[in-house]
Amino acid sequence: MTMATTQKSTGRPGRRIDLQVIGPILALIALLLIGMALNSNFLSYANITNVLARSAFIGIIAVGMTFVITAGGLDLSVGSMAAFVAGLMILVMNLLTESMGVTLPVILIGIALALLAGLVAGFINGILITRVGIEAFIVTLGTMGIYRSLITWLADGGTLSLGFEMRELYRPVYYGGIAGISWPIIAFVVVAVLGEIVMRHTAFGRHCAAIGSNEKVARYSSISVLKVRLATYVLLGLLVGFAVVMYVPRLGSASASTGLLWELEAIAAVIIGGTLLKGGFGRVWGTVVGVLILSLIGNILNLTDFVSPYLNGAIQGAVIILAVVLQRKGSTER
Amino acid sequence: MADPILSLNGVSKSFGPIEVLHGVDFELRPGEIHALIGENGAGKSTTMKILGGYIDASAGDIRWQGAPVTFASSDEAEARGIVMIHQEFNLAEHLGVDQNVFLGREIKRGWRLDPKAMRARTAELLAQLECPVDPSAKVSGLSVPAKQMVEIAKALSRDLRVLIMDEPTAVLTERDCEILFRQIDRLRAQGVAILYTSHKLSEVKRICDRVTVLRDGAMVRSAPVSEITEDEMAAAMVGRELSDLYPAKAVPQDEVMLEVEGLSVPGLIENASLTLRRGEVLGIGGLVGAGRTELAEAIAGLRPRSGRVRLMGETLPAGQVKTAMERGLVYLTEDRKGAGLLLDKGLRENLTLPLLERFGTVLIDRKAEEAALDKAIADFAIRAPERDMPVGNLSGGNQQKLLLAKTLLSDPQVILIDEPTRGIDIGTKQQIYTLISGLAAAGHAIIVISSEMPELIGLASRVLVMHAGRIVGGLEGDDVNEGAIVRLAMGLGETGKEAAA
Repeated sequence: MTMATTQKSTGRPGRRIDLQVIGPILALIALLLIGMALNSNFLSYANITNVLARSAFIGIIAVGMTFVITAGGLDLSVGSMAAFVAGLMILVMNLLTESMGVTLPVILIGIALALLAGLVAGFINGILITRVGIEAFIVTLGTMGIYRSLITWLADGGTLSLGFEMRELYRPVYYGGIAGISWPIIAFVVVAVLGEIVMRHTAFGRHCAAIGSNEKVARYSSISVLKVRLATYVLLGLLVGFAVVMYVPRLGSASASTGLLWELEAIAAVIIGGTLLKGGFGRVWGTVVGVLILSLIGNILNLTDFVSPYLNGAIQGAVIILAVVLQRKGSTER
Repeated sequence: MADPILSLNGVSKSFGPIEVLHGVDFELRPGEIHALIGENGAGKSTTMKILGGYIDASAGDIRWQGAPVTFASSDEAEARGIVMIHQEFNLAEHLGVDQNVFLGREIKRGWRLDPKAMRARTAELLAQLECPVDPSAKVSGLSVPAKQMVEIAKALSRDLRVLIMDEPTAVLTERDCEILFRQIDRLRAQGVAILYTSHKLSEVKRICDRVTVLRDGAMVRSAPVSEITEDEMAAAMVGRELSDLYPAKAVPQDEVMLEVEGLSVPGLIENASLTLRRGEVLGIGGLVGAGRTELAEAIAGLRPRSGRVRLMGETLPAGQVKTAMERGLVYLTEDRKGAGLLLDKGLRENLTLPLLERFGTVLIDRKAEEAALDKAIADFAIRAPERDMPVGNLSGGNQQKLLLAKTLLSDPQVILIDEPTRGIDIGTKQQIYTLISGLAAAGHAIIVISSEMPELIGLASRVLVMHAGRIVGGLEGDDVNEGAIVRLAMGLGETGKEAAA
């Protein structure tokens, strides 16, 4: 008898139209329509490729940020971390070029170093938050300042540039691709797909949501709360390193203004995508939509003279606030 | 004898369809300390809250100096000089003592605060209370007894007519209790009417003038303290009949499943030892705060501890929940909503949370999860309108059954169940009792912690009683009865122990 009452709705609920689910997608479609209406070049191959490739860095970082936020954390340091890792990578590659010449191994070492540096930086954030027990906001506010200051110091207030020949060799990693799709876009897609699978279909993803939802319940359910939390920061750090690997060949330089405000864009993308800022629920595909929404706003403003591009930040800000308002509506209706 | 200043006449209180207080008469007279005692859930808090103006009565009247009165809020009651001191203190932790004492009634000079006057007055009050606390100290830095004194100082700072104290000594040391008793005496001499609740019957006997006993929301006895003994109080508090709510008890086997030796948790548990056999249901009784939950959590690895825990002959490392679960020992929390279930997630996510690694290697096998949920729904008779509804929307009984299913998912051998039936209806209670004795009959070893005496008596073949962090006695067979448990739990102690030996 009890079986009969509960068996029915095994599938996803169909009739309940959830504004939280379709909201971001509707916004994205609306932006695409607006873009098409305002400029015929908007849907051109060149423009779309450009928008996607540029959003890849933030996008890759935002996927990692989704896990951190879902588990009830926050990381403000990713922008500075990216700049610092980029600077470190360029510095070491330039140094190695002197002894090893303009060769592929130098690039491989640079890539390995960037990934390792990101991982270590994420680990440091994670350890301070989980083992020392300082609030994530404070820790990452601190490391944000530290990394930003370190890159400024490394670059001596100026710009660190990759040697010209090395830049030529490394260039294809950003500008190349297969089947007309550039590498950053491919990398973003791969990270996003893997992220979505990990979030929805693995124990790690489930544990992140459980911890963000109620840490005590997670602990009483024999989940290693500290380890899972730490892992989210390490994952994010690693993805920051990965984003840097795609970023450095684009300009071949790093300065004090590299990655400025990336952390806010990444967090904004996560929130617009429907992940709860207080944790407990996250979706990676939503974050991808969030990243695209933010990028398209900037792109449309650049393509049209309708609204000054200088107002980009204002419109993005309005979208973020709107997204959170919609989220709240959705959750109280339940 | 003085006329009552505040009284209840035939007061009833219902929450929804459930009446929790049935026609209670209760009087507070100036210069009299009136004790209100009863088991947990007997209606003491409700009575106090009605007197303090925190909640309305559903029927009957409240009289102030003989005339019917209604309090729209606790503020109105306070304006008449009725002050209630809650068990959880109402203090602003980040403010100073003086700021707390005068919170909301600050002394002013013109439009500006007069901190000097407030500090001086606070110092006077504290001196009266023999409390060596600096009036300017921050409340967050104070010890629990000191905070209690601040609460009392706050009450004294007004024109106090009626003082309602909810288990004031539960958090005090013996020395602080003495100071408190002197203050209460002094207030009595000044003509304040005092309502006093405590689980410590010896205190009631010592300081109160009159005692009223509540049981299941009704007044069962009211007498001058001089005319009633402590044992009579305990008997009046309990004295319920056991129905056939409980299935037959399983007979314990010889094999020892769990052995706890000298377990201590600093400040909470002192040197606790126990043995649990296969097929046994061991009850742990005691008052709230006696350390029962903490003991179970320490055994299950949820709290740091010292001492030795052996599970089926092997030593269990401290502080490792996961290892305990893997070796076959689990703990079902009393805090269903705070520590048991993810209220915003569905049934499936909650059920499999502790054991996700059993559902697929890298990716979670959702089909296996659904199958496990099917089985849990059938085995535990869980009624849920929708499987993916947030479990926070389930009824308490169904939440509890889901929590049981979740906890038992790893097929544990030793199960520690904390308050198995808190806040659930009688039908579900019976299902859970049947389940527990079924588990025991199937050869599991079970510890049941409960504040409900009939539950302990009905389920357990042996009962340990805790008091103030220690196991103070064990009762077995026919010696397991409410009077004996209550006596041990109240720290009246040794008679019960002898009976068990």
